[in-house]
Amino acid sequence: MKTFKELEEIRNKVLDEVSQRKDRTGTRVVVGMATCGIAAGARPVLLSFVQEVKDRDLKDVIVSQTGCIGMCSLEPIVEVYKPGEEKVTYVKMTAEKAKEVIEEHILGGQPIVRYTVGAYEYEK
Amino acid sequence: MEDLSLHVLDIVENSVKAGARLVCVSMEEDKRQDRLILIVEDDGSGMDPDTLSRVTDPFFTTRTTRKVGLGLPFLKAAAAGSGGDMTIESTPGVGTRVEAVFGYHHIDRPPIGRMDETMATLVACHPDTDFLYRHRVGSEAYDLDTRAMRQMLGAVPLDTPAVVDWVRTEVAEGLLDIGAGSL
Repeated sequence: MKTFKELEEIRNKVLDEVSQRKDRTGTRVVVGMATCGIAAGARPVLLSFVQEVKDRDLKDVIVSQTGCIGMCSLEPIVEVYKPGEEKVTYVKMTAEKAKEVIEEHILGGQPIVRYTVGAYEYEK
Repeated sequence: MEDLSLHVLDIVENSVKAGARLVCVSMEEDKRQDRLILIVEDDGSGMDPDTLSRVTDPFFTTRTTRKVGLGLPFLKAAAAGSGGDMTIESTPGVGTRVEAVFGYHHIDRPPIGRMDETMATLVACHPDTDFLYRHRVGSEAYDLDTRAMRQMLGAVPLDTPAVVDWVRTEVAEGLLDIGAGSL
């Protein structure tokens, strides 16, 4: 490994932050990463969420993955779980849309209705 | 799948679902013998001969959300399409080894793609699984080993965004150093 030493700095920085952290209200962002999701472009979507969480230093947002949700033609699919709120399912996601979801929904509190599965079905 | 890095992301998912603690991904660019060899080897639950004989059948899957499983059939087709082949060996209780051989210079051989993004995604999605990624180009090699990372990071989980970001940069630089994926 080429830049292994840098991990030590990351460790020290993160451990400092963890000791200051008290509450974990926890918004969960779940990206569908089965064959269908991967083929449709889920990888840049997931990495875009991780990048935003890092860049904006969002301490209570967790990005994770799940398998096939069963709507393969609507992949990449992302589910957002905010504590005390109903799950919001976004379909046909992109890395750019992921940034908007962070900005408007996760930080701003307003789900982006036009990207949701409900809006997609209504359009049809 | 557009490229081999996406196949890797997909195939490794099988290993994780099989309960693997360590998944070894090896990619070897052997231009002299005109071969590109991809190996994914895990210490997961393995498969019995009956299951093994059916995994490249698109209408076989262990999943219940849908009736098809396309990961291994896609990889097999991609290998065969570039004059190579895919083979799987598996032993229940020991693990599974998938080997796909491609014609390196074959016009239909998928590009390698972004292995930096694939490794970062795997670490982000499966922070409790260990990965060893080894990429060889001729006599040059690059390794990413999450076991060593884990040791350095101590209590810091591998899916920490700063660590995931590190993996992406680290792998990209490491591969550039050995001239990986130049074709």
